[in-house]
Amino acid sequence: MAELVAEVLALIGAALVLLAGIGVVRFDDIYARMHAATKAPTLGILLIGAAAVISLDEGWPKVALAVVVIFITAPVASHMIGRAAYRADGVELHLDAGDALASYADAPDVGDEVEDQRP
Amino acid sequence: MIVVAMAMSALGSLCFLLRAILGPSLPDRVMAVDGFVVSLVALIVLNAARTGTGWFLGVALVVAFVGFVGTLAGSRFVERRGV
Repeated sequence: MAELVAEVLALIGAALVLLAGIGVVRFDDIYARMHAATKAPTLGILLIGAAAVISLDEGWPKVALAVVVIFITAPVASHMIGRAAYRADGVELHLDAGDALASYADAPDVGDEVEDQRP
Repeated sequence: MIVVAMAMSALGSLCFLLRAILGPSLPDRVMAVDGFVVSLVALIVLNAARTGTGWFLGVALVVAFVGFVGTLAGSRFVERRGV
């Protein structure tokens, strides 16, 4: 019974990874591609890790730790890539509803040196 | 059945590699390599579940961390230097 559950979980997780790959190849915009490449493999890793935790006798804490690491680092990494893609020149974007971020794009970053305005 | 799951995961990682090769801009390539690393971790975990041994799981952890650091470095590079 546990074997069957582990195999079904592994198959669903691998199918999610495969769907993410297909989406990354076929979408035509970096944000659409990031949408496919960030969320689906994270859930796939969760399911595959659950399958491995069920079927492994020893070493399953490492699987759980790897899943936790992926869950913590994937949103941070995709946030960094999205910000870099927005700020870099020459990235082709196909936005449907206009650029809502454009009015904030000129605001100084945290950590940038801002000219002192005090009298 | 886990072999079938490994084949599907490997096909997904090949799709990520294809996007990393084709990618029109540098952020595309960074994103594709990040997804490739995640699917590589999936493959290592699936292989551990197939063989029933936990020897390679440390490799999965290290690959996940190194991929994260590489993604951060790549995106900082794109942000500073342009595409």
